[in-house]
Amino acid sequence: MKRFGDFSAVAGIDVAVLPGEAFGFLGPNGAGKSSTMRMIGCISPPSGGELRILGMDPVRDGPAIRARLGVCPQLDNLDPDLTVRENLTTYARYFGVPRRTARERAAELLDFVQLTERADSKVEPLSGGMKRRLTIARALVNEPDIVLLDEPTTGLDPQARHLVWERLFRLKQQGVTLVLTTHYMDEAEQLCDRLVVMDGGRIVAEGSPRALIEQHSTREVVELRFAADSQEAFAEKLDGLGERIEVLPDRILLYVADGDVALAQVEARGLTPAAVLVRRSSLEDVFLHLTGRTLVD
Amino acid sequence: MHDGGRARGAEVSVAQRARPGLPRVPALTVLAYHLTGYRRTWRSGVFSSFLLPTLTVLGFGFGVGGYVDQGVDGVPYLEWIVPGLLASTALQVAVAESTFPVFANFHWTRTYTAQSAAPLRAGDIVAGHLAFVLFRAVTASAVFLLVTTLFGAVASAWAVLTLPVVALLCLAVAASTFGYAAAVSSDSWLAMLFRFAVVPMTLFAGVFFPVESLPDGLRHLAYLTPLWHAVDLCRAATLGVPPHWSVAGHLLYLAALAVGGAVLAVRLFRRRLVV
Repeated sequence: MKRFGDFSAVAGIDVAVLPGEAFGFLGPNGAGKSSTMRMIGCISPPSGGELRILGMDPVRDGPAIRARLGVCPQLDNLDPDLTVRENLTTYARYFGVPRRTARERAAELLDFVQLTERADSKVEPLSGGMKRRLTIARALVNEPDIVLLDEPTTGLDPQARHLVWERLFRLKQQGVTLVLTTHYMDEAEQLCDRLVVMDGGRIVAEGSPRALIEQHSTREVVELRFAADSQEAFAEKLDGLGERIEVLPDRILLYVADGDVALAQVEARGLTPAAVLVRRSSLEDVFLHLTGRTLVD
Repeated sequence: MHDGGRARGAEVSVAQRARPGLPRVPALTVLAYHLTGYRRTWRSGVFSSFLLPTLTVLGFGFGVGGYVDQGVDGVPYLEWIVPGLLASTALQVAVAESTFPVFANFHWTRTYTAQSAAPLRAGDIVAGHLAFVLFRAVTASAVFLLVTTLFGAVASAWAVLTLPVVALLCLAVAASTFGYAAAVSSDSWLAMLFRFAVVPMTLFAGVFFPVESLPDGLRHLAYLTPLWHAVDLCRAATLGVPPHWSVAGHLLYLAALAVGGAVLAVRLFRRRLVV
């Protein structure tokens, strides 16, 4: 639980992350994801409830826990005036890593995040994707048991995102526990074994990506586009089709078990949409269903 | 260093990994970080740290000093003013290094946030950065002392004692300035500190003329400034004469400011970092 004055950022959540697992906190902006991450990172004492990290109490054993965590914050806080390599070696020293080991480890990690060629360049001119990779490398200098990633790929281009995902996946294979927040559904589906969807400081759903889709959405979604401004009129004629119908300004979504069957039924009613898309249900459908389509900010 | 060889050779899984022992003195790793950054920038500062004392000797010693025929208290004006400028140089460096750099580490580069995610406590972060500021102030003062000595403006060998004095002055000023920079929410408050504390202190704490020539009220204000205590000690050392106030009194006053400031700074750092 985390309160700031009268405002509850995290009203009450109950989760257990298992060793070696990739666990995700999903939710719109303001859902309480980052506050949760800060509490797990032992830099924000909970205002109530019980929190144990690696079996220890974050308030009493903060430094001992942080010694075994790797933190990749939402906003990069690399040192712009140091070189790429120095950012890693100076940070490793905070964890008591001996100077020589720090240098060796920095070289390995730069290789791991594909920044070896930039090792002696300053951080300032690096691209966003490179900075993110360096931040991830820095989170690994102490060979952490748990890596906390707060929106690890926000703001990155597709190539950079895929590279980050691939590296995170390799970490997971090495047995490192990943705890991440994201509002990208594809990211959660790619990386998370289990996740919770948060909204307004509470958990609204929990499970594996697959289980959440099965539980909160249908197997397939049919997207129908009719001529502009006529969606409402057509929606009435679709009544009774599928488990749920959602009418958006530009298209109608039919949540159904079998998309092709549903499409045949649409055509049987004599309706001819301008465009049709039959797709599998995604975590995004679950997310929007659970947290609503209204803009939060 | 103590676990260097343990994990080598064998592949270890996450669960069996050798735990690095935390650094024995975490603040030293923070100091090492600041020195790493300084290693890239010190050259640009070296020229000006030699230039300032040289200009001082030329301007005040031969320029202004020419008009102050009888000197001060029977001492040539250049010799009289050098210890004052030495202490005020330490003050300038101490405050400059504790305002914008500290504020930047909270708000712009977020270096402190990164450090607090590591197993460092607010006290380690403050102590390590403060040690760096101390290093900056003392080296700048040492250069000043060296140059002015070469110009023959330092009379007594006791002058080496000015270095521990300016070190204490630096801590007395920098510690509470750390707290101030941690507490304010906008950098315009930092410029105010120079305008309303550093400049008046430099002008009225006995650097350019004896505080005895100030009116009573102002004089007592001058006695409260940390700079006056350091100036009085430095002047006694470079001239080889007894100070106006007891040495122990001066040192205790500066030490009390340093300790009080450090306690305040750690508290304000914690308030900003742990939320």
